[in-house]
Amino acid sequence: MAPENPQKKSGWPGSGLAKGLAVTLRTMTKRSVTEQYPEVQPELAPRTRGVIGLFEENCTVCMLCARECPDWCIYIDSHKETVPPAAPGGRERSRNVLDRFAIDFSLCMYCGICIEVCPFDALFWSPEFEYAETDIHNLTHERDKLREWMWTVPEPPALDPAAEEPKEIAAARKAADKLAAQEAAERQAAEEAAREAAPGNAQEQEGRA
Amino acid sequence: MSDALDIALRLIAVFVAFLVFPLVIGQTEHKVMAHMQGRLGPMYAGGFHGWAQLVADGVKFAQKEDVVPAGADRRIFQLAPAVALLPYLLVLIAIPIGPHNAVGQSLDAGIFFVLAVMGVGVLGSLMAGWASANKFSLLGGLRTAAQLLAYELPMLLAAASVAMAAGTLSLPGILDAFHWWWVPWQIVGGLVFFTAGLAELQRPPFDMPVADSEIIFGAYTEYTGLRFALFLLAEYAGIVVLCALTSVLFLGGWHGPFGADGLGWLWTLLKTAILAFGVIWLRVSYPRLREDQLQKLAWTVLIPLALAQIALTGVVKVVIS
Repeated sequence: MAPENPQKKSGWPGSGLAKGLAVTLRTMTKRSVTEQYPEVQPELAPRTRGVIGLFEENCTVCMLCARECPDWCIYIDSHKETVPPAAPGGRERSRNVLDRFAIDFSLCMYCGICIEVCPFDALFWSPEFEYAETDIHNLTHERDKLREWMWTVPEPPALDPAAEEPKEIAAARKAADKLAAQEAAERQAAEEAAREAAPGNAQEQEGRA
Repeated sequence: MSDALDIALRLIAVFVAFLVFPLVIGQTEHKVMAHMQGRLGPMYAGGFHGWAQLVADGVKFAQKEDVVPAGADRRIFQLAPAVALLPYLLVLIAIPIGPHNAVGQSLDAGIFFVLAVMGVGVLGSLMAGWASANKFSLLGGLRTAAQLLAYELPMLLAAASVAMAAGTLSLPGILDAFHWWWVPWQIVGGLVFFTAGLAELQRPPFDMPVADSEIIFGAYTEYTGLRFALFLLAEYAGIVVLCALTSVLFLGGWHGPFGADGLGWLWTLLKTAILAFGVIWLRVSYPRLREDQLQKLAWTVLIPLALAQIALTGVVKVVIS
């Protein structure tokens, strides 16, 4: 027998047994936390890492994602096309065209590095998670499937109340303000020019009246 | 002719109760235990909150192969589940559930019959343990035997106290003699009886003989299919019998509190159900007692308490008569 802890002796005899019963009874009266998944969809956190969606319109085949992927699960094939010169006599431009973009989700470890490194915002986390397959080979999902998952990507969370304006919006606003100021200055200049030319007209009108 | 019909009806009623109540308690255990552990329990079988889970379990057990180990004592091995289960059916015949002779068969030596036959049920585990030719089964069987020896005595003594108080061995007779103040008078005996009964059924926290984490499943290790299911059924039938007996002997059976006897047999069922809930509750709350703690509890606590109860009963009986 272990020496008895003096603190443990507190309470009337059998109080420990009663406490045990109380714990189970209290648990019984509480709602259980069991997820009833197939019947009830789980409530996922907004940034759930379910699957990776590809917004292929943004992809420039820079291959950064494929190179940064720690387990080499991204497959990208592409070819180059030439675009005719914009102005006559100019040089032809070459452009990358995406032929294949596939992610092997049997290898993917959902680290999200590809999404972090993509400089053109072509990869996104989607909370979609029900894409189990009966064969491991079928877990390599091609661009059409990855594009479909883009529709399930939630919109980015709202900014904090006093947050700085996002860069792209700030830049756009700056450009718009500049344009507006320029237009206003032009209009003012035009009005002044009109007023300077006007006095004769005004007197003419008064004379008619 | 009407006598034969009467007997047949009573037997059918007892048999139906024997088939239904253990399943109801088993399903209640599924759900109560789950919620006490913060789970939901069965939710699929039968559609509504898994009400048909035990039916599904029964079908599963019936489909399984009935294996008898090569080294087993074949006849004894196959007979053991019946020996474990049938005594509870016989006991159920003698338990009165309502006034006016609402009992399968009224016996003059009711307590004697009931306790003797309940003791036979434990023999099923002993037979299974011995006949299985398996060391875990043998360990389980021997633990069952040790537990039977230790706990049968306090159970008998506590029941004897009630028989002394009522002056009769007949269960309906005891209920006829019942007064409300018997409950506080016999409360210690009641607790001893209930605890010893739990131990005899090998219910947690007294489930050392089937301790699955150390000796697999004790005496039932080698059993499969329907025979295994019969052992499980015997456990739940045992709960029904123990709770019904405790409510008849110590809680006044069909007598309601404050003289409200009108509900009759519903009182018996209600008290039995509450006690059965207690059995489940104890299972969820307490860890298993060690083998030496089991023996210590029986010989140094329960038996002295039961003897003290008998002494108290005797003194009060002499004083009031």
